[in-house]
Amino acid sequence: MRLEISGVSHRYDQVEALRDINLTIEPGEIVALIGPSGCGKSTLLSIIGGLLKPSEGQITASGPVPDGCLNPLTYVFQDFALLPWRTVAGNISLVLEDHKLSKAERAARIDEVLEQTGLTDFRNAFPKQLSGGMKQRVGIARALAVRPAVLLMDEPLSALDAQTRILLLDEFAALFARTGMTAVYVTHNLNEAVRLAHRVVALRRRPGTIKEIHTIDVPIDQRQEGDPLIVAHETSLWELIRDEAIAADKELENVA
Amino acid sequence: MSLDHLDPVKSMNEPVRFRAVGFNPRSNPLAAWGSFVVLIILWQIGCSTGFISELAMPSPVAVSKSLWQLIVSGELWVHLAASGQRLAVGWVLGTVAGLVVGFLVGMFSWARSPGVALVSALFPIPKIALLPLFIIWFGIGEPSKFATIGFGVFFPTVINTFGGVDNVARNLIRMGQSFDMSTWSIVRKIILPGALPTILSGFRISSSIAIILLVAAEMIGAQYGIGALILSAGSLYQTDQLIAGVVVLSVFGLAISWLLGRLDKWLLSWR
Repeated sequence: MRLEISGVSHRYDQVEALRDINLTIEPGEIVALIGPSGCGKSTLLSIIGGLLKPSEGQITASGPVPDGCLNPLTYVFQDFALLPWRTVAGNISLVLEDHKLSKAERAARIDEVLEQTGLTDFRNAFPKQLSGGMKQRVGIARALAVRPAVLLMDEPLSALDAQTRILLLDEFAALFARTGMTAVYVTHNLNEAVRLAHRVVALRRRPGTIKEIHTIDVPIDQRQEGDPLIVAHETSLWELIRDEAIAADKELENVA
Repeated sequence: MSLDHLDPVKSMNEPVRFRAVGFNPRSNPLAAWGSFVVLIILWQIGCSTGFISELAMPSPVAVSKSLWQLIVSGELWVHLAASGQRLAVGWVLGTVAGLVVGFLVGMFSWARSPGVALVSALFPIPKIALLPLFIIWFGIGEPSKFATIGFGVFFPTVINTFGGVDNVARNLIRMGQSFDMSTWSIVRKIILPGALPTILSGFRISSSIAIILLVAAEMIGAQYGIGALILSAGSLYQTDQLIAGVVVLSVFGLAISWLLGRLDKWLLSWR
């Protein structure tokens, strides 16, 4: 599915969060949005999926969706957003229950995504019993269960410890390579961006505008930790946003 | 505390003192029951020795006898049934109405400000002061008692319910919306369970309020009921029966609190 972001601007009261963003995300492409805090990257992701109404501009989605797609634009959240009173399987079932699926179809989908994310043995566990990495795998499984056309991932690894992050990063890379999924991946971690994205969009802050777009030509499943080309991209992206990050760090919070 | 506690440290040559002492009360069921036993023994000793006059405070033995009388004569069950029915109907009416209004106030802008304003204005009114009005509106019989209890339960339930709805994590609601869940599904599967812990803890408060209002209402116009029993015993200075009635009320309250505890365990097992 192709996503066209045209002329999107957004203001929160006094603060201009985004100004005139134009960007097209091609089918099968992984686009990473990076930038320091306050650059509007999460705001843009919320706008893309229709969770926030932009002050100006619009998003157009076009093109075919996968078979049995129930929710073309599907989020994966930083804080997992799992219902603590439902089991792993129950959390996945939640997003299928509003759709016209037979009991057997629903069960089949749940089994399938549990299998894909390695959660089969955890299907009856409650979220509080799971590690952060397992919780995010449930978040991924829930997203896959609706057969999305585009995954919208809002800092999905930011709440995890460093080791778990490395493991899940590999799983994401494998998932994207296997499914050819379209995805928008918001992160402040440059390493994640250069490992997963075909294009990395660096945003500038106050107001949020596109500063530069990096295209990384290495296929995602061939990228290795420490690959010189990937490291070079990471370094140059850091040069690009370093000053912005320093400014963001020194800023007093004046937004409620 | 002496001031030398604050003297600057000059040098050290001693094992490190353990400092994180106290501030960690633990519960002890034996001590809980023991405190009752000790109190009753002291009370009985006071009465037996004449330290406490029989008129001022009947002895535990006298109270037990009187309670036994009520049980064997079957009188107690009549009173308990009347009170239990009033309590159940009044509490359920007030709770259902309170939950509905609480959810509306918690979820819709149009209900928010009017709802909060009205509840804030009406909550502090002692409902017992309105009992004469309820009697005029609903008659001297049961409905005026249901109304007293119901109104008393209604307001705290509203406040508690919309507080619980407010406290449901916004990110869960957004998650539901991002998967295009219907509003009704979001209410039923996300907001209701999310608000349930707060709502259930509110039941403890509203059930105590209901017992207080029950007794008050029964003291004004009722033939049967624990409140009526206590009132008639009091007007005849049968203090043993009066205390027996109070004991029954206390046990009644404990039973309800135990039931609510079971409800908590059952509904909130995921916590």
